[in-house]
Amino acid sequence: MGLFKPLLLAAAGLATAVTGALAQGIDDPARAPFYESLAGRRVAYVPVAMGFDLTEGWAAGLRSALEPLGVEFEIRDPNWSTDAGAQAITSLIDEHPDVIVVHNPDVQSYARLLRRAEQAGIYVVQVNMRSSYSTDVFVGADYVGMGEAIGNRMAEQCSPANGGSGKIAITQGVLTAAASVYQMQGIQNVLDAHPEIQLVSNQAADWDSTRARAIAATVIQQHPDLCGIVGFWDVMDIGTAAAIRESGQDVFLLTQGGGSRMACDNIENGSFSEVVVYHVPTQARDMAVMIEHLLQNGQAPGTTRSTLFTPLQFLNRDTMTAASCWDMPN
Amino acid sequence: MPLGANLTQEKIVFALAVLLALGFALALPGFLTTQNVLNLLRSVSILGILGVAMGLVVIGRGIDLSLVALMAVSVAWMLTLVSGGMPLPLALAVALGFSLLVGALNGWLVAYAEIPAIFATLAMGTLIYGFGRYFLFSMDVAYIPEGARPILILGQSDLFGVPLPIFLFAGTCLIGHLFLRYAIPGRYLRAVGDNLPAARITGIPVRPVIVLQYVLSSGIGFLAGLITAASVDSMNTRLALSTYVYDVILVVVLGGIGLSGGKGGIRNVVVGTLLIGVLLNGMTIMDIQYTLQNVIKGGLLLAAIVIDTILNPRDEQTAQQGDI
Repeated sequence: MGLFKPLLLAAAGLATAVTGALAQGIDDPARAPFYESLAGRRVAYVPVAMGFDLTEGWAAGLRSALEPLGVEFEIRDPNWSTDAGAQAITSLIDEHPDVIVVHNPDVQSYARLLRRAEQAGIYVVQVNMRSSYSTDVFVGADYVGMGEAIGNRMAEQCSPANGGSGKIAITQGVLTAAASVYQMQGIQNVLDAHPEIQLVSNQAADWDSTRARAIAATVIQQHPDLCGIVGFWDVMDIGTAAAIRESGQDVFLLTQGGGSRMACDNIENGSFSEVVVYHVPTQARDMAVMIEHLLQNGQAPGTTRSTLFTPLQFLNRDTMTAASCWDMPN
Repeated sequence: MPLGANLTQEKIVFALAVLLALGFALALPGFLTTQNVLNLLRSVSILGILGVAMGLVVIGRGIDLSLVALMAVSVAWMLTLVSGGMPLPLALAVALGFSLLVGALNGWLVAYAEIPAIFATLAMGTLIYGFGRYFLFSMDVAYIPEGARPILILGQSDLFGVPLPIFLFAGTCLIGHLFLRYAIPGRYLRAVGDNLPAARITGIPVRPVIVLQYVLSSGIGFLAGLITAASVDSMNTRLALSTYVYDVILVVVLGGIGLSGGKGGIRNVVVGTLLIGVLLNGMTIMDIQYTLQNVIKGGLLLAAIVIDTILNPRDEQTAQQGDI
């Protein structure tokens, strides 16, 4: 008996202690440092221009991921002017935000500025179109690989062995944009290995749908047995699709983009045969994750170089689901 | 009389177009087919319609650099309104009204505030684009919503096997020609362009005629915008920032409408448009890169102007009056 009572008391005491601790909870030791490392930080975003699906999608994704953590997110919109973009980056270097997210109009223009920004102690994240200067992070499509995948897809679709005529055309955007130069390299790699595929036209439409329409109309008319057209941007290839529809020919149109609702709508109504998608919300997520990583660890900008290639999806009527495309947040 | 004194720039450019077309016909199989010729006309018909708008202003000794920006913004706004649930006819009326109003404002700045046309319309183009992007819509490209599908007829249908935009171009040219030739405001417009002080002394209401020029050009521009949107299922407002308006001026000047005003007619626009059409089509068939195409286009314009200057030297009057 003498022994039982203290044991009981001890057990009761232990139980109280445990339940007490549970009721109070245990603080996550990583929590405070996480929020502290992010609160009040500034992220500046310099796209080529706001106002289209890719750049709006990245902005919305970054904002929704970072702002709840207390990160200040601001946009500098150079509206298609490389000069204005360079000025924005220059003034940002003086203002010294913690991170600059930049979308390069071409491989050269911002290269030196991005190096200066890193030297000034600012992390630089590049998205989708890469500069010749590699910075802390690049998030975007592997355009050479994408070009190879597209080349293979066209070879498969249009090779005479599979009943195609072997004739394809390419409508590029701006010749010096990273999306164009790297991708052409990839396509060329495949075409070199496929002599049966003939590239009958390779033109730049300056990302403009009207010009893309005129080019496609002439090429189709000149080569009535044209098997397929590769377009470098879905927004521009609305024009290519219109030309194909008007010609009444059966031309396979393989285009590409960020996978917004418009892409799925145009696959659905038959304007696009297939769209290669680099999913914009995923890219925004990748960028946000890398920004959180850099800000938490506090290493000196420019000490590491990470490349995150976005997985590509080939969307067509068979592979498309209701969730394949994303809607522009309003 | 020196050799070729009656060779106007219009004739030179027309001859050049025919020569080029002959050259392409011989060298490029498939150039001289009905389908390609239709294609060629179809691809420059919007440029031609804008050329008529610009031509009217230039004949009146002005210039409208806001033409393309206004076209892009008003049509994109129209599409945005329809997306927001406004019925198509109402949206069309609102956007056309907006377009004409801005045209009138341009005219007022030039005629009453007496700001040189080149500055007034340059500033207006930038202002309108910014205003549109900030207040009227947020996206760069406006797609044709379900409710606006009826306008697709303008860009994507055929009449007797000929694409409708070609008829619309022809119709605009015809009306423009009749207006300049027979309508009283049309003749006033030419008189004002030729010699403004003289026109004023004769009692022509000079300032209202100048306002009219810009209202007309914005109205025709709106039509061209509708056809553009209908052709490619969307309106890209970035056109406002592009060099497209200079292509329009190229067509006008190449055709032989002098920038000093009062000279030329719609026929010049047609000739200029044809030459550009033949050139663009041939170069696309030959798979010449877009950047090189620009070099060739610019070189051709310079050549046409040089030939014109040699064949038609400036006289006392034009030297005094000067160009814009």
